[in-house]
Amino acid sequence: MSSVATLHHADVHGSHDAHHEHHHHETFITKYVFSQDHKMIAKQFLVTGIIWAIIGGLFSVVFRFQLGYPESTFPWMEDIFGHWAAGGKLKPEFYYALVTMHGTILVFFVLTAGLSGTFANFLIPLQVGARDMASPMLNMLSYWFFFLASVIMFASLFIQTGPASGGWTIYPPLSALGDASSGAKLGMDFWLVSMAMFIVSSLLGGLNYITTILNMRTKGMSMTRLPLTVWALFFTAVLGVLSFPVLLSGAILLLFDRNLGTSFYLSDIVVAGKILPNEGGSAILFQHLFWFLGHPEVYIILLPAMGMSSEIISVNSRKPIFGYMAMVGSIFAIAILAFLVWAHHMFVTGLNPFLGSVFVLLTLLIAVPSAIKVFNWLTTLWRANIRFTPAMLFAIGFVSLFISGGLTGIFLGNSALDLHLHDTYFVVAHFHIVMGVASFFGMFAGVYHWFPKMFGRYLNNTLAYIHFWVTIVGAYLIFWPMHYQGLSGMPRRYYDFSGWTSFNMFSGLNEFISFVALIVFCVQLLFVFNFFYSMFKGRKVTDSNPWGSNTLEWTTPINPGHGNWPGEIPEVYRGAYDYAKDGKEFIPQNTPVGDDESTHH
Amino acid sequence: MKEFLMIALGILLFVVIFQIAKASEYVSVLKGENKTRKQNNRINAFMLIGLLVFGLIGVWYCNELYFGKTLFPQGSASVEGEKVDTMLYVTIAITGAVFVITQVLLFWFCFKYQEKDGKKAYFFPHNTKLELIWTTVPAIFLTVLVVIGLKFWFKITGDAPKDAIVVEVTGHQFAWEFRYPGADKVLGKTNYKLYTAKNSLGVDFEDPASLDDIHVNTTMHIPVGVPVKMVIHSQDVIHDVGLPHFRLKMDAVPGIPTTQWFTPKITTAEMKKKTNNPDFNYEIACDQLCGASHYAMRGVIIVETMEEYKKWLAEQKSEYSTLFPAKPMEPVKADTVKNQISQVLPEKK
Repeated sequence: MSSVATLHHADVHGSHDAHHEHHHHETFITKYVFSQDHKMIAKQFLVTGIIWAIIGGLFSVVFRFQLGYPESTFPWMEDIFGHWAAGGKLKPEFYYALVTMHGTILVFFVLTAGLSGTFANFLIPLQVGARDMASPMLNMLSYWFFFLASVIMFASLFIQTGPASGGWTIYPPLSALGDASSGAKLGMDFWLVSMAMFIVSSLLGGLNYITTILNMRTKGMSMTRLPLTVWALFFTAVLGVLSFPVLLSGAILLLFDRNLGTSFYLSDIVVAGKILPNEGGSAILFQHLFWFLGHPEVYIILLPAMGMSSEIISVNSRKPIFGYMAMVGSIFAIAILAFLVWAHHMFVTGLNPFLGSVFVLLTLLIAVPSAIKVFNWLTTLWRANIRFTPAMLFAIGFVSLFISGGLTGIFLGNSALDLHLHDTYFVVAHFHIVMGVASFFGMFAGVYHWFPKMFGRYLNNTLAYIHFWVTIVGAYLIFWPMHYQGLSGMPRRYYDFSGWTSFNMFSGLNEFISFVALIVFCVQLLFVFNFFYSMFKGRKVTDSNPWGSNTLEWTTPINPGHGNWPGEIPEVYRGAYDYAKDGKEFIPQNTPVGDDESTHH
Repeated sequence: MKEFLMIALGILLFVVIFQIAKASEYVSVLKGENKTRKQNNRINAFMLIGLLVFGLIGVWYCNELYFGKTLFPQGSASVEGEKVDTMLYVTIAITGAVFVITQVLLFWFCFKYQEKDGKKAYFFPHNTKLELIWTTVPAIFLTVLVVIGLKFWFKITGDAPKDAIVVEVTGHQFAWEFRYPGADKVLGKTNYKLYTAKNSLGVDFEDPASLDDIHVNTTMHIPVGVPVKMVIHSQDVIHDVGLPHFRLKMDAVPGIPTTQWFTPKITTAEMKKKTNNPDFNYEIACDQLCGASHYAMRGVIIVETMEEYKKWLAEQKSEYSTLFPAKPMEPVKADTVKNQISQVLPEKK
């Protein structure tokens, strides 16, 4: 607590001579809890996201124990989970609850709120040159709705019948009928209410980000001078604002089916010997509503990581990002296509094959802007002068993982192959690499790169390097062999494979994957430790622009106060990527164009 | 006790790593940050090239270990599945080449263009020609994949041949049930409201077509070399008829029947020999999470010769005759049932 107080004092002092001074006294509550400063809200999102990541990651370690060692019992599990792991062995119902919560937590609470909540909040005002978000009040509410969603979701873990267990995609009727699974009892209502709160949070945040980027750019900051991070966060927000309401409507209809006797998704059902009266609903309708969010969601998770990696690769290559306009254009293309491919998750639902073929075409089209991005990153590295900061290593790792996971998308997007690979471990490997691990790498890159701006201190480099190397090797060791399990048709979401003659040849591999997963999880704890330790005790930043970067956030004081710049907001004269130009190592955006400066190509 | 020891050991390891990390930070301050940074740069660049080399060896080694265990060396067990296999090999060839080229470039550039004293990065902000090349080349390759893929897709998902054997597959928590149309080749109507513990598929026995229908649980028999059409139902939640050996799957959705068809080309007996596995069986795996015992929702398909299949079929009794054993299985009987009903109900005009 004393270190928090010190930080508090230092910050107040640092912003004492701020141009735009606080008219009221800041208390602990207004500064750290109900803060309206976008930087503090960003840190709140980040810390909450880290806590959720630990919980979600831990769940995966627990269910990997079951997959890796299906014959063994672990008495400590009974100590922790009680009757859910009676005799030291997870019950299938609880296994599915863990799988469901792992997916929900990581997709929504960590990689949506924790990732774009953190970096959109932190970077947008700093990089466009604004004192805060367009509406600091709504921004604060955005965090607190997320907090409320978190509390409800966390509470659902302690319900007697267990949390939701129908998978993070919560397909009805499984999620609609308490008789079909105990996770579809009270736990499912908690899940839906929590997600409704989450969607409110996401909309409040998203509208704020869009407004800020469109209306609050500083003088000279035209849209084409924006750093790629801001472009990526902009399209992320647009995707969220347009697609999350659809999930909300789907969730509300599901709540009606569950509690009010409607038949939106239910028809012709006999469950637990009971003949249900519902007729005329369509279980497939929910899948359309879900994936209309669900697919853009994948890009909501991925785009911020792309934007941050672009920025970090350019800064540490000491070279302009190659093809800035093509990078913006490809993000735009991805954002448009993201809305037109949702049914590729539904090739085997009995979807009309002709409709399926349209979705095949549109899905594989996404590979074109993705390829442009990859080749542009590669060309940025070509003839560069690369510094391997931890952030840069994670950004390079991001590109490598994006290539690996993106290419397997070409398999799954092709409906003829999806017939065999759908819902197998091939899918698990694909989306964990391209959207899970890759986005985490983007997030880590962002944390390592902007930590000095967030806290005025550095993270420990040695721990950072250990973190990177173990994580990238571990991620490939875990997910690469899973492709082979998928090629064998091994279905995902199976509690135990030992009863099958078709899938029992991989027990050695399952054990290996579980073992590596445990190690990788422990190394993430090392990162968490580094994060919190360095926040208070890390080496202090002495240079206001430690990475030699062009963007505006590095023109603020080392510990910027509320309002970001003590004096006038700097004026912008150039794009964000004038590195290595005219023999100068870097030219910040607020440097006026010299008379002798060469014109842009 | 063992757990505590493990945790204590873990914490100890943590502390050691942390102390080393802390010490190396002090050392870097003493040595001068610039010098340490350059040293770190060299080490990491070297390790990145190591990651590439060992990564590619690992990819090869993983393939050696596991490709033999996938279903592809034994080939597709259905004629339609061969198309899926072809598609897979074409896709692997194209994406594999792209994978190797891009990963090699990525890590090679990282190693080659690491920071060096006195070196300056090359100012190269864009080049329209290059960008056009890597827009069009991937587009061409993807067009090829889409064209081949859709050609196969339409064949596999097209209408089943007229002579296909029809089997109704019904999924429920957590088992599969099958119904064969019998001699009249027409399946009797079902209505989920007629469900009882005995009449588990809710067959409408007032429909004369239902009287010779055969109902079996868990294991389904089909002949080799003849197209089989599955009409798929679910009674409760969404299930999926996953047929990895035949390279197919199709969801079972309550209220919305779906279909899939395929032509098995290897009998179970032949496959036992081919895989050297006397326990081999074609399994139906539920591929859509359907509740606590989803992982155990297993069905078996026995592919046999036409003679064996006909013999098996002849041995099966109709569901009607098993449910109502006193009554002989005669269409006349149906009329009697109707007569009995008409005595109760007022006659329609």
